Amino acid sequence: MEAAIRIEDLHKSYGSTKAVDGLSLTVAPAQIYGLLGPNGAGKTTTLRCLCTLERPDRGRLEVAGISVADDSRAVRHLLGYVAQEIALDKILTGRELLQLQADLYHLSRAAAREQITQLLELLDLTDRADERIKTYSGGLMKRLDLAAGLLHNPKVLVLDEPTVGLDIQSRLTVWNFLRELRRRGVTVLLTSHYLEEIDMLAARVAIIDRGRLIAEGTPEELKQRVGGERVTLRIREFSPAAEAREAAVLLGALPFVKEVIINEAQGNALYLVVAAADPLSTVPTLREELARSGLPLFGVALARPSLDDVFLAATGQTLQDADLAAGSPGKKKRK
Amino acid sequence: MGNSFIPDNSASLPLRQPQRARTGSFGQFRQETMALARRLFIQLGRRPSAFVGSIIQSLLWLMLFSALFAQAPRGTFGIEGGYIQFLAAGIIVFAAFGGALNAGVPLIFDREFGFLNRLLVAPLVSRTSIIFASALFIVSTTLVQAAAIGAVSFLMGAQFAGGFEGALIVALVVTLLVFGIAALSLGLAFVLPGHIEMLAAIFVINLPMIFASTALAPMSFMPLWLQLVASANPLTYAIEPIRHLFLHSNWSWADPVLLAPWGSLSLTGCVLVLLVFDVVAIALVGGTLKRKLG
Repeated sequence: MEAAIRIEDLHKSYGSTKAVDGLSLTVAPAQIYGLLGPNGAGKTTTLRCLCTLERPDRGRLEVAGISVADDSRAVRHLLGYVAQEIALDKILTGRELLQLQADLYHLSRAAAREQITQLLELLDLTDRADERIKTYSGGLMKRLDLAAGLLHNPKVLVLDEPTVGLDIQSRLTVWNFLRELRRRGVTVLLTSHYLEEIDMLAARVAIIDRGRLIAEGTPEELKQRVGGERVTLRIREFSPAAEAREAAVLLGALPFVKEVIINEAQGNALYLVVAAADPLSTVPTLREELARSGLPLFGVALARPSLDDVFLAATGQTLQDADLAAGSPGKKKRK
Repeated sequence: MGNSFIPDNSASLPLRQPQRARTGSFGQFRQETMALARRLFIQLGRRPSAFVGSIIQSLLWLMLFSALFAQAPRGTFGIEGGYIQFLAAGIIVFAAFGGALNAGVPLIFDREFGFLNRLLVAPLVSRTSIIFASALFIVSTTLVQAAAIGAVSFLMGAQFAGGFEGALIVALVVTLLVFGIAALSLGLAFVLPGHIEMLAAIFVINLPMIFASTALAPMSFMPLWLQLVASANPLTYAIEPIRHLFLHSNWSWADPVLLAPWGSLSLTGCVLVLLVFDVVAIALVGGTLKRKLG
């Protein structure tokens, strides 16, 4: 089957900054595909190149077998793009905005009317359609933005951080809507910061850091590949660093403990990767070991590996840390 | 709002390819241009203050400048009527130029707010529709403004001698000038980093272009260097024909209307120069768009 999206060896620099540095990936049709990575990883740049907003320095991009470089107009017909910033003219009404969008995609008057009515209905916007957009809430604006991106029934929908800044209810509705689109054969490519969002929605995920692909596969595969179970220990609610280091050395010496990381951001909690079929069974041993040196145990949490662990394993830092290192989280740098 | 994203009868999700309108590229170009222009007119209707302000400003110019030289001896400006008779053409072009020069401002805000991306990811037949839509809008508003200036200057004693046909030529000249300037302004809006730079550029360009033209004083008042500058200034090619039509009832296309240091140019010649200016402007901006946006 022909790939919905094919990206081969994509390079894009802004000045001396390499935004994307040799990225390749393939997205099968009718699939939700997630791009995961910290700020500045090159996610948005990749999407912008795909949507013909940026010209790559090097590499090949295809949508449904059509080269983005050779026939950008045909590609624009196939794509719907919903940018991270809500791009609405607030002085227009919702319906006027959709009508403008319909004309930009050259829909006939009848098709536009039908399509607008249906999408307004579907996204529960009908009641507010003739009010000016400036009166809309953030969630409402995002839904209108989504409706605009879907007006011409794109085969591939590209979403940049579709739920950033949305309340939990709006996020849920967006997720359900994307699943529904996938059921109807639309390919969805989305970027996200939210690990759980990608984990829940995406059939496959590409983890990107500094413009390079560092892992690719189904979320399940990726997590299994990292392996191990996670135990998070807190000696005290907020442990002194020296004590945490002492405990780390102590516990690190145990045969089933593969790795110990001290998480300073969480009151020097100890983050252990353990090789045990049942991580719960390791807890008494860990407690005894601490007690032998006179250290208390405030709390224990167990977890399977998450996508964050995948990221950690590949880059040596958590997504959050990478975000902090890249600057203020949630803000994209723009040229 | 609940989970209303997912209707019970999910069959209502439209998925078949919606029908396209007119098949020809020209029809599609017209559709996208008109849609973009319609947006600008809606904005004007709901946020008219900038337009109203520009009309008030040009009327103020008309009154203040005409008062400035009201006591000048008759014939000073090489015409029989008062200064207002001379000035009206200059103020019409001043207003048209100001409006056109600002054409890029909404675009630069669209760029900054990300709305432009919506246009750039759409399969537009040509991105020059963005320019044509804006030019269409600016031309319409400028013609209204020019009519207002004409009417007020009439009340102030400036007779328009050119007749109905002459008025149409005034409209043509204003349209040609505005189209070219608006295109260049839009080009600037694509190239400059942001609205601060855009406003600075407008600030620097606006008044000097007026003073370096024949808007306020005839060519014969100027030293040679300024005459050379003024006769290279596209504004002069709009002002002189309009002024000629204001002053002469028995005008003809072959009348020499622009007296530059290097010779004179007829009404036809001025219109042709403006036409060439437009072609060059659109080619320049079209090229910039291609280079900038791929």
